[in-house]
Amino acid sequence: MSWNSASEFFAMGGYAFYVWGSYAVAAVCIAGELWWLLHRTRTLRARAGLNAEQSMRQP
Amino acid sequence: MAINIWKYASPQTFYPLAGKLAPWFLALAAVLAIAGLYLGLLVAPPDFQQGNAYRIIFIHVAAAWMSMFIYLVMAFWCAVGFAMNTRLSFMMALALAPTGALFTFIALWTGALWGKPTWGAWWVWDARITSELILLFLYIGFLSLHAAIEDVRRADRAAALLALVGAINVPIIYYSVKWWNTLHQGASVSITRAPSMASTMLMAMLIMSLAAWMYAIGASLLRVRIIIAEREQGAQWLEAGALP
Repeated sequence: MSWNSASEFFAMGGYAFYVWGSYAVAAVCIAGELWWLLHRTRTLRARAGLNAEQSMRQP
Repeated sequence: MAINIWKYASPQTFYPLAGKLAPWFLALAAVLAIAGLYLGLLVAPPDFQQGNAYRIIFIHVAAAWMSMFIYLVMAFWCAVGFAMNTRLSFMMALALAPTGALFTFIALWTGALWGKPTWGAWWVWDARITSELILLFLYIGFLSLHAAIEDVRRADRAAALLALVGAINVPIIYYSVKWWNTLHQGASVSITRAPSMASTMLMAMLIMSLAAWMYAIGASLLRVRIIIAEREQGAQWLEAGALP
């Protein structure tokens, strides 16, 4: 382990802004992409469900 | 019995396969990322010159490698699409582009945040950094061109041509640090000689790159399913309850 305390870890030897700024933006980008992919999948599924219902109602 | 790989060249058969594989790749990416972050942030010692600022490397290098690699894979699928006239190849290329653009953005962003404390500048017009920016524009250009053409099959081909021509930029990015005098440092890891970094750092960097790779595969498989479902709307196999 390279650290003595949690506060030392979060301070990153004075580079906290640069290090955590990098990790935070990368995490937000990846979380955002995954959210967007799941959102689009859900929309498609809902639309397909509607189509299936409609085709059942009017054969 | 030989497995017929051509079977999976059809969107209809690839669709459920991609759905089955994607969660596994994403789970693997998560496990690798946790291991890589543990090694990189907690175990690896500070750098003797840069202190703890160097820890940006674990995302920067992984993202930069993937930004170039995804582009090459994308160009490969475009070439296959032209050669074999397979619809799925173009869909694969289109599915890879946003993830590639995302990694390129992350590489540039983390590069700026690393450049400021070590070089004293957020941005310099250095060959490596400028060519990486061009890569971002190529991804955006590919996606915009595709979106601008209404006929999907024409859009596929036009964007694929752009992707293939743009592939020349990838070796330029890679060798830029050798060909020109760049502020950006040269490669620390290469196939021909021993890496010039501590083994824990190297291990963490490689694990993070592997995580990024697995994530890219998982995310593009999810996206290719969306593209297939959108394009094949109304096709019988999709109506039959096989949806996402």
